[in-house]
Amino acid sequence: MPAPPAAPQPLQILTPSGDLAADSPLPLARIKDLYRSMVAARAYDKKCSAMQRQGRLATYAQFEGQEAAQIGAVAALEPRDWVVATYRDAAAMWFHGYPWLNLILGRTGDERGGHAPAGVNVLPPSITVGAHMIHAVGLGWASLVRGDDAVAMTFFGDGATSEGDFHEAMNFAGVFRTPTVFVCQNNGWAISMPRERQTASATIAQKADAYGMAGVLVDGNDLLAVYAAAHEAVIRARAGEGATLIEAVTYRMGPHTTTDDAGRYRDADHLAEWAARDPLERVRRHLEANGEWTAEWQHGIEIGEAETVEAAVEEAEALPAFDAGDIFDGMFVDLPVALRRQRRAAEDGAG
Amino acid sequence: MTERNIAQALNDALDVALADPSVVLLGEDVGRTGGVFRVSDGLQQRHGAARVIDTPVAESGIVGAAFGMAVAGLRPVAEIQFMGFSYPAYDQIVSHVARIRNRSRHRFTAPMVIRIPYGAGIGAAEHHSESTETIYAHTPGLKVVVPSTPYDAKGMLLAAVADPDPVIFLEPIRLYRAVKGEVPDGHYAVSLDEAELVADGTDVTLVGYGAMMREVRRTVEALAAEGVSAAAVDLRTLAPLDLDPVVASVERTGRCVVVHEAPRTGGLAGEIVASVQERALYSLRAPIERVTGWDTVVPLRRSEHHYVPTVERIVAAVHRTLEA
Repeated sequence: MPAPPAAPQPLQILTPSGDLAADSPLPLARIKDLYRSMVAARAYDKKCSAMQRQGRLATYAQFEGQEAAQIGAVAALEPRDWVVATYRDAAAMWFHGYPWLNLILGRTGDERGGHAPAGVNVLPPSITVGAHMIHAVGLGWASLVRGDDAVAMTFFGDGATSEGDFHEAMNFAGVFRTPTVFVCQNNGWAISMPRERQTASATIAQKADAYGMAGVLVDGNDLLAVYAAAHEAVIRARAGEGATLIEAVTYRMGPHTTTDDAGRYRDADHLAEWAARDPLERVRRHLEANGEWTAEWQHGIEIGEAETVEAAVEEAEALPAFDAGDIFDGMFVDLPVALRRQRRAAEDGAG
Repeated sequence: MTERNIAQALNDALDVALADPSVVLLGEDVGRTGGVFRVSDGLQQRHGAARVIDTPVAESGIVGAAFGMAVAGLRPVAEIQFMGFSYPAYDQIVSHVARIRNRSRHRFTAPMVIRIPYGAGIGAAEHHSESTETIYAHTPGLKVVVPSTPYDAKGMLLAAVADPDPVIFLEPIRLYRAVKGEVPDGHYAVSLDEAELVADGTDVTLVGYGAMMREVRRTVEALAAEGVSAAAVDLRTLAPLDLDPVVASVERTGRCVVVHEAPRTGGLAGEIVASVQERALYSLRAPIERVTGWDTVVPLRRSEHHYVPTVERIVAAVHRTLEA
């Protein structure tokens, strides 16, 4: 069997040492804001992992290492646009307006977490793998039907590209030229299976060719490269030029979830290699080199963001759990008679 | 009023619904050819290809895309060509369409209709004769409805399009062109949570829905000829089930026969029998009978008649209740 062709090099703007390899698509002040958001996301990620160890939530899927891929992509959106993401995309969802409170409620097992505030166009995180990408196609398609210009961006992993629904979503988006931005965070792993076991393609980005849409391979740990690719994709989508598949090459620094032991299937050497490409550290170096970073400022934002997350945790844990009758109330606008009878029985502890 | 068959009544309902610019119809071959059963004939010409959409052959994609449209505020009507082709979309229906209201606690909803022609009796190819409505009726968060007359077909489809929650709208293939009736022009709605007593009687209560209502109605006539007075209830809505008219009738007749062409085990008849005995056991004068399809794969054309309940089978079941 001939060796597959070597993968092309991903687009990189900010090198791991914090130097610009190309012109920055963003002014320094915006980069500093986005850096602070990545610090906030990491504070949330660490807090949830800690809460799992304390028995305050059942299972948590860390996104450490993927902050730039998520926040860099969403930074290209406007509030009217949609984000359709998964259980590992809290940073993307939060950056588009989904409060920490909702995310924490969801992870601690409360359906009210799925109720985004009015005006926040973020669906509750998809838990089944792969089925949600086509929802972003439908959301974007609605813009075409109505003649508005809202774009839908969907996040998924390398494992999800093996699902049949990936094909159907990409195919519909290609045929109907929907304003959809597909962001594949290729983080190397789908639970215990490496990316090479998901597809024999040299890249995931190249799959876009088969669907007649643009495909872009980017360094997913490079905030500026991800932003640049997403910005271009959003402009194309709004202009009626259809969908884009962005493959953001990154790495899942943690296990699949807090119940997983990644030591059973992967080499710790990779972690050191990817830690050196940390998405926050390279932006920090860039800011420092440009006189926009000090240790005091870092300390201040870390404390401030951790306090914000902590306050959301307190608010979530203070919310009284549902009464038995409440579990019925999310099912329909008007509860059918048969369900009203069941609700009464549940409330009475009968039947 | 215009005399229409069920296919024509559904076509008229879609035409009326599409006057609302937020309504879109999408599915395989629904536009250019007007659907494999011609239910959407002429609608693409009248309402345009942007809203009467011929999709690629991909049921999960059709339902998933319609879901996204519905969340964004459109009122999509997705067509699956045959019930046996709905299974590729099953995950979308069960994991997303049925759940979004609850998983977002009312923040997002999927006001959409999934039209599915169902049932045997026309000698179609394998996978084209399924009657597996139970799996959808068993799924919390869905309404599952099935008309048996042109009047109900139009009024229930318009009600389904207007409903704020997702509706699985089953269309009895066998009756598409077999039943005619007067259908009002313009807009009207028929309730999606009420069964209807379609014949009153004193000796036995027949319960059916969809395509089997033709056999149920004929059974009422056959029994009348032998002096047996049968009541009949058309359930019309399978989820939520409205059994009030059934219970009221059984309290009078003391006998009940439930009919569906779906397989017996786990079929809706089991749920209906259980509920009727909970509510009317002391009115019963005989065990409740079920006349259903068998727990076999739906046979192909040459053997279909062994499977689909017939008037003779229903009459025999009624006789058993009378002799008990």
